[in-house]
Amino acid sequence: MIPAQFEYVAPTTLEDALQALSEAGDAKIIAGGQSLLPVLRMRLNAPEVVIDLGRIESLRGVRDDGDAIVIGAMTRHADVLTDPLVRENAFVITKAVEVLADPQVRHRGTFGGALAHADPAGDLGAPALALDAEFVVAGQGGTRTVAAEDFFVDLFTTALEDTEILTEVRIPKRAGWGAHYEKFVRVAHQWPIVAVAAAVRVEGGTIAEARVGLTNMGSTPLRARAVEQALVGQPATDEAVRAAAASAAEGTNPPSDLNGDADYRRHLATVLTRRAVLAAAGA
Amino acid sequence: MTVTEEAAAPQIGQERRRKEDQRLITGRTRWTDNIVLNGMLHLAMVRSPYAHARITNIETAEAKAMPNVVTVLTGADVAEEQGSLPNAWPITEDQKAPPHPSIAVDRVAFAGEIVAVVVARTAAEARDAADLVDVDYEELPPALDLKEAAEDKTLAHPDLGTNKSAFWQFDSADAGTGGSVDEAIEAARRDGILIEREYRQQRLIPAFMEPRSVVCDPTGEQLTVWSATQVPHFVRFFIAVVLGVPESKVRVIAPDVGGGFGGKLQFTPEEAITVVVARRLGKPCKYTETRSESLMSGHHGRDQWQRLTLAATKDGTVTGLKVDLLADMGAYLGLVTSGIPILGAFMFNGIYKFPAYQFNCTNVFTNKTWTDAYRGAGRPEATYAIERMMTELAAEVGVDPLEIRERNWIKHEEFPFSTVAGLEYDTGNYEAATEKAKRLFGYDELRAEQQRRRDAKDPVQLGIGVSTFTEMCGLAPSRVLGSLRYAAGGWEHASVRMLATGKVEVVTGASAHGQGHETAFSQIVADRLGVPFEDVEVLHGDTQIAHKGLDTYGSRSLTVGGEALVKAADKVVEKAKPIAAHLLEASVDDIEFRQGRFGVRGTDKGLGIAEIALATFAAHDFPEGVEPTLDSDATYDPVNFSFPHGTHLCAMEIDTETGGVTMRKYVCVDDVGTVINPLIVAGQVHGGLVQGIAQALWEEAVYDDSGTLVSASFVDYLVPTAADTISYGVSHTTTPSITNTLGTKGVGEAGTIASTPAVVNAVVDALRPFGVIDVRMPCTPERIYKAIHARDGADTGGAPTVGAAGPHFDEADTADRTAGNDSTDQNGSSL
Amino acid sequence: MTKITVTVDGASYTDDVEPRMLLVHYLRERLGKTGTVVGCDTSNCGACTVHLDGHSVKSCNVLAVQVDGGEVTTIEGLAHDGELHPMQSAFHECHALQCGFCTPGMIMQAIDVLNDNPKPTEKQIREGLEGNLCRCTGYHNIVRAVQTASGQESLPAAIEESA
Repeated sequence: MIPAQFEYVAPTTLEDALQALSEAGDAKIIAGGQSLLPVLRMRLNAPEVVIDLGRIESLRGVRDDGDAIVIGAMTRHADVLTDPLVRENAFVITKAVEVLADPQVRHRGTFGGALAHADPAGDLGAPALALDAEFVVAGQGGTRTVAAEDFFVDLFTTALEDTEILTEVRIPKRAGWGAHYEKFVRVAHQWPIVAVAAAVRVEGGTIAEARVGLTNMGSTPLRARAVEQALVGQPATDEAVRAAAASAAEGTNPPSDLNGDADYRRHLATVLTRRAVLAAAGA
Repeated sequence: MTVTEEAAAPQIGQERRRKEDQRLITGRTRWTDNIVLNGMLHLAMVRSPYAHARITNIETAEAKAMPNVVTVLTGADVAEEQGSLPNAWPITEDQKAPPHPSIAVDRVAFAGEIVAVVVARTAAEARDAADLVDVDYEELPPALDLKEAAEDKTLAHPDLGTNKSAFWQFDSADAGTGGSVDEAIEAARRDGILIEREYRQQRLIPAFMEPRSVVCDPTGEQLTVWSATQVPHFVRFFIAVVLGVPESKVRVIAPDVGGGFGGKLQFTPEEAITVVVARRLGKPCKYTETRSESLMSGHHGRDQWQRLTLAATKDGTVTGLKVDLLADMGAYLGLVTSGIPILGAFMFNGIYKFPAYQFNCTNVFTNKTWTDAYRGAGRPEATYAIERMMTELAAEVGVDPLEIRERNWIKHEEFPFSTVAGLEYDTGNYEAATEKAKRLFGYDELRAEQQRRRDAKDPVQLGIGVSTFTEMCGLAPSRVLGSLRYAAGGWEHASVRMLATGKVEVVTGASAHGQGHETAFSQIVADRLGVPFEDVEVLHGDTQIAHKGLDTYGSRSLTVGGEALVKAADKVVEKAKPIAAHLLEASVDDIEFRQGRFGVRGTDKGLGIAEIALATFAAHDFPEGVEPTLDSDATYDPVNFSFPHGTHLCAMEIDTETGGVTMRKYVCVDDVGTVINPLIVAGQVHGGLVQGIAQALWEEAVYDDSGTLVSASFVDYLVPTAADTISYGVSHTTTPSITNTLGTKGVGEAGTIASTPAVVNAVVDALRPFGVIDVRMPCTPERIYKAIHARDGADTGGAPTVGAAGPHFDEADTADRTAGNDSTDQNGSSL
Repeated sequence: MTKITVTVDGASYTDDVEPRMLLVHYLRERLGKTGTVVGCDTSNCGACTVHLDGHSVKSCNVLAVQVDGGEVTTIEGLAHDGELHPMQSAFHECHALQCGFCTPGMIMQAIDVLNDNPKPTEKQIREGLEGNLCRCTGYHNIVRAVQTASGQESLPAAIEESA
């Protein structure tokens, strides 16, 4: 199908993009477009103006910023996947991007676009949340930083104002951490039924620190804090991790759909959490 | 001409690479949607969002006022000329069916039904305007659940007074093909084994990759219609019959067609509407559906409840089988909707010797997309039922599922065999196929591994599934179709034309859309006429070129169309003999034809077929009274069906913690008779397997409580990818069919028919220690997980005893162990 | 209307297009590159896969205006002087297509898989093709074709009859 008509602007600077956004009545930003275009084609949304960030070079790329790495919002998934800084310092993101959608979508879709789309079944929310990422948001009045747990507000809803643009995501470095993203699907091209992002730091066989994020267990990505706390100080063994993972579904509110009801998803969360943590710990 | 004495290698049996491929791998294709004509207009459909509603008003003014919109038509505007879409298979004399307008006039009966059509200069403008057509509906209660619909709780078509379209029965005692099934059941209840089960054949969508498209050009003397169809000849016939255009004024072309699987075996509302609009406006018109439209309004497949009663002696010898089907027609009867379940009626006895058999089928209307042919059409349902039941019988008796089959199957020395369903199986060797399959599969080793995993309580359990299937292919002897009240025959037509340059044109009435006819038919003709494979050109898919034909479905193209081709080629040879005799100054009786050469017996004199063709073209030196042509036609009506069979073995790993399923290994040994092209046959099997496996594990068309199709895109209708599937072990045994000269049996549907029960049997086999006796399809991880944990705490002993002494279909007894029923019970929809 | 200049299969084109025009429609309707097809509207099927600036993308999920200044290769740009691309030859040789509708996208993605990883395992091939649906082949022979094109030993299509 063909989208409804819209006007198209492709600014080359962030300032121009913000200007266009503030002037437009009903605008949508297109980053990689891999989620937006199907929506427009099905005519589930019909904005008057589409603002393409694809020509703004400053929004692209990964850089080292001292104690954090910074991923430009317009960095393509395929580039995040192969980026050595990401792999070294935020390995769970590498693991999530590796199984995100399919190769064609990874060539086109962007890191910031996927996060700003805020699909609770999206693969990047849980890792970003688990790693305490900070979202750098630009508006005409300047920039502000939003913590990951404040960024995801609801289903397809973020802390971004209508006139703001996500420009980059800062992720505190966690070099040497093990990581795994355990994704459960029925067929490969599906959104995850449930997925778990785990990053752990193991010291001498004991889990010293742990971060666990849940995908599609509520209207936003969620942090499994009870699991994280229970893991600290535990040996990286099946038994210990199993016990900690048992509380993975605490405080979640998963959906029921063709792929499983909420109870089943809660159960999956515990199994996948155990597997993700064990894999992250190299056990 | 140089006469070589070396025998050219026969083409039949060679892995010839396909002639079709060059254009397809370079993008030099001609899909219907590629066709562009000067001044062509584009259609967009306005479709009902409601499953059942009265249309109270349609406001088109705003849409008509949009730029470049030519017109907007509603059902009322075309009520007279659109006629009613055809059902070619009234299975009973008193079959009930509602009128089936292409554009609904005053009431819609499923979500997705067309209520108006917008015609504009571009497809985008047509779509923009379609969004502005304002339709007022008065909602009516929809009949959605098949079982409830069968009880007439809510009527899909109030005017019919019932949802039951027809009831059809086959009874072996009445037919004289066997005994009384009720007596067999009573005897088993007293002193034997009675297995009673209810299985669900979920609703599926053919999901061919090329969305349907139709172009109609009314500007010539003849109406030319291009359509992405399997059945151009049917489409031509129905344009004539339904729309009142003289048949001779209609030309239908199926250009490159991107898959069908039964889904393009239809005369569609969209085809009718495009023709109606093009004729009205006098302009070429095109309509191409979106994928969502395709999934929502292209016909669906399967959708049955099967209640099965299998009677056996205590040693596992089957004494009778009773089948009670509820078949969901959806909202209307399409081309062969009503006959699909009947195609399974003769196959529930499978490869077995059953003394008594009864088949009962009730066809029921609901307010959902209509169902019709989908790969296998009736036979996968039957095969699933019997292959699941034989496995259950084996579990009850406590023997290996292959052993119970062997106890009951037709032995190879017993062919030809008249079955309890009244068919005569000509050839087969179930022992040979099974033996080979077991060996290639490593059956005994996998059974040993299964036991080890069970003993170790491994979280990943292994299940082994068996399916020993047969099917009836080569649809069909016309007299049989007539006796079943089908409106058409089952013959096929072919022509062979010898060109002056020695090239050969073959015209077939079959209409390929991926099957490789151009290649396989070239191989047949090359051997028959002794001409190079490369010199044969196969023409098809255009009613002006292939003027006569019954198209492609039901694994018929080779067994029926191939045989017509053989007969036409043989006529060419016979026509050439007197000409050769004349040119060689010999008696016709002394002419012998071998490998493309007409020789004079006892001499080294001879002429090649190309030389005869050239001499015939010139006709300078010709025998008295002989027509100067070699071109020949043949129309072949098969004398019997063909009966491919095979043994499929599947190993599935079940992650008991998540319910996740992984296929470990799949081996099939099929007997499809003589193989013309092993590569094409392997391809058909691979593709068929995955479609059957997909029914077992992934695919289902699901409606919500208001009758909206939830799985209306590939996001939710789960067609598997390369990453979800494995490489298959495909092999063959061969017992040639004796009902056609080539010995072929058909292969298009084999994989689909056989694989579904193999996979589900494997899943259930893995779970049997947990007390599970069924998992409803598709076997989702959730259903499997819940089946395993439905009885947490229970010992993982043997299978529970079911049925033998129980009342007939005590719901409490079977439903609770049937994973998948639980979710239905909770929300009342057919999840 | 927006003016765009795009290189497609080695030739440069300049056109005014509606912003809403999808790249696949631009290729098919404006340039006559009908070898690239549309199979769905949710970007699941991959039938429309082309290469954009050297990488595979789904051309139904890209606007033509986004491609301004870009370089596109379609199935029609693979063969040179009548010589098929090795992946095209492998698809033919291994009977990796039946109806052929998914084939252009499948071939374009298969080439991308080998561009990233010249000697992929069977698993890597299968995962590399997870964005492309085929309804005919069951993927078995497609996997064989990619193995063949990569110069690796391929699986058999069928197990030979034992004597």
